[in-house]
Amino acid sequence: MSVTAAEVREEHLSQEEIEALAHPKRPLRQRLGVVASYVGMLLIVLYCIIPFYWMIVSAFRDPSEGRSTELIPNPASIENFKSVFSAQNNFGRSLINSVIVAGTTTILVLLFGIIGAYALARLRFRGKGAVLWLIMACSMFPLVVLLPPLLKMFSSTSPFTWFPYWINTYQSVILPGLSFGLPLAVWTLTAFFKQLPVELEQAAMVDGCTPGVAFRKVILPLAAPGVLTTAIIVFIGAWNEFLLALTFLQDKNMQTATVAISKFTGTTGFDTPYGSIMAAGVLVTVPLLLAVLIFQRRIVAGLTAGGVK
Amino acid sequence: MATATAEPRSLPATGADGHKHKKNALSDGQGRLAWILLAPTLIIIAVVAGIPVILSFWESFHQTNSGVDPTTGLVAGGSKFVGLQNFTDIFAGANPVTGSYGTMDRFWNAFLNTTFITIVCVLLETVIGVAMALIMAKAFRGRGLVRAGILVPWAIPTIVSALMWKLIFDSSGIMNRILGREILWLADSGASFWAIVIADTWKTAPFIGLLTLAGLQTIPAEVYEAAKVDGATTWQQFVRITLPMVKPALVVAVLFRTLDTLRMFDLPYGMIGAGKYRVETLSVFAYQEASQSRYGPAAAYAIVLFLYVLLVAFLFVRVLGAEVIGDADVQKKKKKKGERPPEEARVEAVMGEAIGGAH
Repeated sequence: MSVTAAEVREEHLSQEEIEALAHPKRPLRQRLGVVASYVGMLLIVLYCIIPFYWMIVSAFRDPSEGRSTELIPNPASIENFKSVFSAQNNFGRSLINSVIVAGTTTILVLLFGIIGAYALARLRFRGKGAVLWLIMACSMFPLVVLLPPLLKMFSSTSPFTWFPYWINTYQSVILPGLSFGLPLAVWTLTAFFKQLPVELEQAAMVDGCTPGVAFRKVILPLAAPGVLTTAIIVFIGAWNEFLLALTFLQDKNMQTATVAISKFTGTTGFDTPYGSIMAAGVLVTVPLLLAVLIFQRRIVAGLTAGGVK
Repeated sequence: MATATAEPRSLPATGADGHKHKKNALSDGQGRLAWILLAPTLIIIAVVAGIPVILSFWESFHQTNSGVDPTTGLVAGGSKFVGLQNFTDIFAGANPVTGSYGTMDRFWNAFLNTTFITIVCVLLETVIGVAMALIMAKAFRGRGLVRAGILVPWAIPTIVSALMWKLIFDSSGIMNRILGREILWLADSGASFWAIVIADTWKTAPFIGLLTLAGLQTIPAEVYEAAKVDGATTWQQFVRITLPMVKPALVVAVLFRTLDTLRMFDLPYGMIGAGKYRVETLSVFAYQEASQSRYGPAAAYAIVLFLYVLLVAFLFVRVLGAEVIGDADVQKKKKKKGERPPEEARVEAVMGEAIGGAH
């Protein structure tokens, strides 16, 4: 802004000068910074999207194109999506299995996680540190540690002959799945509950509520966004779970979607049917992406609003 | 008044939530209620994780009988106690394979694969993730769009992303077309290692970026303004202000990525396949052993992996000071009297997401 002293002395500024003052020029360096940040953001988005784009493109490619590397499917076809649901892949059934397994896991985890997290966030007691570390350690251990004994147990191999045969049952995946879902839920929910001021419950108690009622009628509704966020994280984790399902669900009718996709066979049986694998991958991912977009909004709402300013 | 803060740190259980300078009528003396509320969680953890882990230890001292029993002439069943043999076999080199690091026992091959994949992946992910966070923090508009984009790799199931990258890295796939070369990425070659690294970095670097961004946003702008007044360069600001202040969030994010990468299974299994020694991780190896009914060795390998993970976690907490337990009661660090600092709460929220990203 080159406003000289002489011009300032004038009573009225010219039109151009008013324009210049209304839109102050940023220094070149700063403008370059803005451009660079937009370029950077574009790069980030491209980095994240391009491989996924390739999945979508491959899903919509006509099967006769094979493993073509054309950047746009020409002609676009939904043949792959049709073959995903062909009888040999049994994909519809495995989607239902996934919903049952992930849904049950999420509900159980929330049921127990909410009350546990409330205790950790609000109550004073001896051994809290130990409990926190235990829950932490639980989310650290490799799932594969569980496999040898559980595989033996669920298949009623000696010395577990007394144990019911649980291979190809939902509970064989849901129960071990709790071991990672529950710590995650307790942890996230504890953080959410802690953000709510304890005065809210105290006010409720002054009004004659017991701590339990205060929790149910005051804290839980306020923490609803946090609970929902937790539910979505746990659901996505359970939905994406692969190792347990691969090990314990061997029957085609019991497989979850992730296992089914990894076992897709082509019509000929020799060639990997990439087209239908990618189509199935898109089908499995799109609901999650939609949920994540909602989750993204929810987490912002959970952190900033929720009735507590 | 200042009950909790005045007490020595060796009695962590007497603290309260954020308002520890007040006597908390709501929470005082409710230890029993707390344990009742926690009981379901603890019982479930004990049943679905505790007991199997103990059984796994038991299993690691046994081997499944095979072949024909010489005394009875019957096919032997069950298992026999072999003491530490499953562990000592690791050092005996009874099962040599040739991977990227020469010929060695299959366990050590898997161990080295796991270690090097973890080191390379986590380093790359951290650098790219921090760079992403810095860019996003500078952004004026469109941050929401970038966030949505960043969550795409995170939301895709790992096994699906493994198959996606398998197609990309196919010998006649798009990657070779772009590079204009004929690299056999999936053929259990040295390139397989990099295929795994690229696929894993793609999936998780944005997530580190997201967690780091949360840490960056807690840094007040005044700090940078003061630094500018004192004539600090951009680089000095980054090294002296940004990094130290974002460290709590970053260390926790990196810790969880490290532990997660050490346990990596889906990616090498789905992309390259089982029994590929160049990229076989400990999880894949242990899974294969278990699925072939070699429960004893499988349990032994899994337990070594478990101890390895614990050791790494311990080093992170001790050396880098990762504040894994974000609870004010349990904090070892001296905090100022009064309210918990907001960034601590932020780290906890970040933590929750970090675990969420883990699976």
